[in-house]
Amino acid sequence: MSSHLNALNSDSYIEISQYRDQHFKGNRYEQEKLLKQSSTLYVGNLSFYTTEEQVYELFSKSGDVKRIIIGLDKIKKTACGFCFVEYYTRGDAENAMRFINGTRLDDRIIRTDWDAGFREGRQYGRGKSGGQVRDEYRQDYDPARGGYGKLTQLQRNPEGRNKF
Amino acid sequence: MSRRRHADENDGGQPHKRRRTSEPVEIEDRLESLICRVGEKSTSSLESNLEGLAGVLEADLPNYKNKILRILCSVARVLPEKLTIYTTLVGLLNARNYNFGGEFVEAMIRQLKETLKSNFFSEAVYLVRFLCDLVNCHVIAAPSVVALFENFVCVTQEDDVPQVRCDWYVYAVLSSLPWVGKELYEKKDVEMDRLLSQIDGYLKRRQKTHVAMLQIWSAEKPHPQEEYLDCLWAQIQKLKKDRWQERHILRPYVAFDSVLCEALQHNLPPFTPPPHSDSAVYPMPHVIFRMFDYTDAPEGPVMPGSHSVERFVIEENLHCIIRTHWKERKTCAAQLLSYPGKSKIPLNYHIVEVIFGELFQLPCPPHVEVMYTTLLIELCKLQPGSLPQVLAQATEMMYMRLDTMNITCVDRLVNWFSHHLSNFQFRWSWDDWADCLTADPEKPKAKFVREVLEKCMRLSYHQRIVDIVPPSFAPLIPANPLFIYKYEDENSSTLPGYNAAITVGNAIKNRASNEEILTLLKDVPNPNHEDDDDEGESFNPLKIDVFLQTLLSLAAKSFSHSFSALAKFHEVLKTLTESDEGKLHILRVVCDVWKNHPQMISVLVDKMIRTQIVDCVAVANWIFSQDMTHEFTRFYVWEILHSTIRKMNKHVQKIQKELEDSKEKLEKQHQKKDSGDEEDMEEDSQLEEQIERLQEKVESAQSEQKNLFLVIFQRFIMMLTEHLARCETGGTDLNTPWYKNCIERLQQIFLMHHATIQQYMGTLENLLFTAELDHHILAVYQQFCSLQA
Repeated sequence: MSSHLNALNSDSYIEISQYRDQHFKGNRYEQEKLLKQSSTLYVGNLSFYTTEEQVYELFSKSGDVKRIIIGLDKIKKTACGFCFVEYYTRGDAENAMRFINGTRLDDRIIRTDWDAGFREGRQYGRGKSGGQVRDEYRQDYDPARGGYGKLTQLQRNPEGRNKF
Repeated sequence: MSRRRHADENDGGQPHKRRRTSEPVEIEDRLESLICRVGEKSTSSLESNLEGLAGVLEADLPNYKNKILRILCSVARVLPEKLTIYTTLVGLLNARNYNFGGEFVEAMIRQLKETLKSNFFSEAVYLVRFLCDLVNCHVIAAPSVVALFENFVCVTQEDDVPQVRCDWYVYAVLSSLPWVGKELYEKKDVEMDRLLSQIDGYLKRRQKTHVAMLQIWSAEKPHPQEEYLDCLWAQIQKLKKDRWQERHILRPYVAFDSVLCEALQHNLPPFTPPPHSDSAVYPMPHVIFRMFDYTDAPEGPVMPGSHSVERFVIEENLHCIIRTHWKERKTCAAQLLSYPGKSKIPLNYHIVEVIFGELFQLPCPPHVEVMYTTLLIELCKLQPGSLPQVLAQATEMMYMRLDTMNITCVDRLVNWFSHHLSNFQFRWSWDDWADCLTADPEKPKAKFVREVLEKCMRLSYHQRIVDIVPPSFAPLIPANPLFIYKYEDENSSTLPGYNAAITVGNAIKNRASNEEILTLLKDVPNPNHEDDDDEGESFNPLKIDVFLQTLLSLAAKSFSHSFSALAKFHEVLKTLTESDEGKLHILRVVCDVWKNHPQMISVLVDKMIRTQIVDCVAVANWIFSQDMTHEFTRFYVWEILHSTIRKMNKHVQKIQKELEDSKEKLEKQHQKKDSGDEEDMEEDSQLEEQIERLQEKVESAQSEQKNLFLVIFQRFIMMLTEHLARCETGGTDLNTPWYKNCIERLQQIFLMHHATIQQYMGTLENLLFTAELDHHILAVYQQFCSLQA
């Protein structure tokens, strides 16, 4: 006997976002279908030093975690500030979206979003320099994410360009 | 299309705020929206909004009557915090259209019947309250509500029904009186007095064995943890003494009195409570959580007393707001903080008390624990100048009272506090808690701080914890979570198995296969056997030591590394742990090597159960074994046990569901009855075979589940009996910190898995919880039985 009132069934924290994976093999409709059934979350804005153990501890608060895949710099193969968290059930993932998204891990506000499902290769950053795209272009200084963004680093250190 | 995730500026979801400005397409959606939103912040007054809405709805009645009826019935059921707003609306509609009023009342009664039959008892209470408040709006005649109440109270005279059934009907009557007591007494005081006297009689004779199990603190001071019906009764008695003067509830209908008193009233149709059935699941009793009183809010409005009806109404409304908005933390926080009438009460204190009341509720909180942490953080964001201080005050108070706090609640407090701190750079005035350093380290305060620091470390890292506490707290800092390898270096070369360990280690590094490892391990002697002329297949603890210690040491870097290792050598591990002793020993080794890293122990045990290297019973036996005596009061041990029980429960549920799905499929196939077609009959018999197999699987899983609980309870009984006997012969006080921990952990098993354990009560009573048992232990079982009695 649920309330049949649309106006009261708001559950906005679990809605899918605007982001769509450009490398997804399939069309937009297929991706959205997967996102709406997924029990996998993308987690962003992590510090490079945040460990799998810390992620486990935090995300276990909304249910049993099946697997964590730490995102890696494609070249260096070191953590580059994101990860995937897979739950056994969708309901547990929804609670993470409601109550863990937008709170802190390692003193940073982390962001969670639905993911269509982990596939080999998706654990790597897609930025030119090997990390995440957002770290290519950002201009602020973030000591937990390698300092300045890559472009800014090059601008600040023109000799560095010659190394390429 | 931008590839970037949404910006960091906005804080998590709630895009619905943008959606509100766009108009819903259908008229029905518009009606829904108008009705649901009345009473929210507006430039016009509530009265004028209600007046306007009544006009709109009256005009729409010819075409949309059923829809409007449905919407109003729904809001009565799911928006109880706006009760009086909607009763006023119904009152205005009834004044304009008597027939509609009648149809609404009938619809509500139908809905009440349905909710009771479907075990939705909280919602049924809201419906009863709504109907009562309609008396105040001249929609329903007072005498017919009194008649309803008389039927409810009659339930207390029924024979052979669970006490919790009668409890609910009494609660429904008492909890409506703050709204309608005055009117009912004005019209029918003799009948009401008789009713109350019957209720008094019932309350005096009902059993309260359950209270001890449900109290958050066992001490009476500073605030007694009262049984909920006792507290409500005291509040109603006081209200009666005050001649039913109630000033807290917002009553919009008062402004419309001149219009409403012209309206014709309806009588409630006679309502007989549905008879008791075996499928009925009545709400469990609960204890009222109180942590604040009028001495705690230093300035500003005074907190209403614990037996004032205002306290009841405020708490009810705040619980209802959380119940409605728990999924949307920003809305929930905003709604809590905009509680009508907030200027007259110390709202922050009420909110904090209600939230902790839910978090600590026994057996379980109404919502997932992490919700409360995040809600409190949102509240701190919205009231940065006042709420954090109240929260700090509450934390301080709870620390002071740890000695008598139920251990399940202490677990939750540890989890909440450490998670909360991790959002605020772990800033806390630890020095204020220096008293925990001088006491016995097994005492609750020292244990609490130690467990908090350990949880804080899990969310950060060891050095961080060292940095955040004063140097005097060093003894309470958790160990650095480093691996302990038995065969570490040349100093251990004299240990049996040392050479084998080196060989195995090299083999693993050279990507040996499972068979190759098993072959290597064949040469490891068995310390348990005089001669080695067995096949080497039976339990050999040294083999397990050599292999597992080495494997885990190579994989110690992270959880993923360790999981990979377990997966890669699954075959070897299964072989080594074929026997029960093997399973026990593998758990022992995991605990030995990762003694400093309880989190790793938990995840490894979880993985080993899921990959069937060990089974649930092995984990239970391990926890109660001699080796784990010194870990027995650590929180992580109980987290592991409860997680293990939950996995077992989920496993049974999964197979039960598969069985039900197959049965349904067969049903559906039988319904398409058109064939003697061979293919169909083939399918049918395949399905029937599958159902038979699943039936066996279910029975076997349930048997395993029952066995798990038997083992756990048996072990508890043994340990507790030993302790009690020792204390009796030695003449010592039985109430040691260890005993408190143990008996409350036993209670915790019952509380956290009560639904599952109910199924096996017959066996438990016959085999374990017999009359011969020490009464201290039997009392726990009796408390559990009384929860649904």
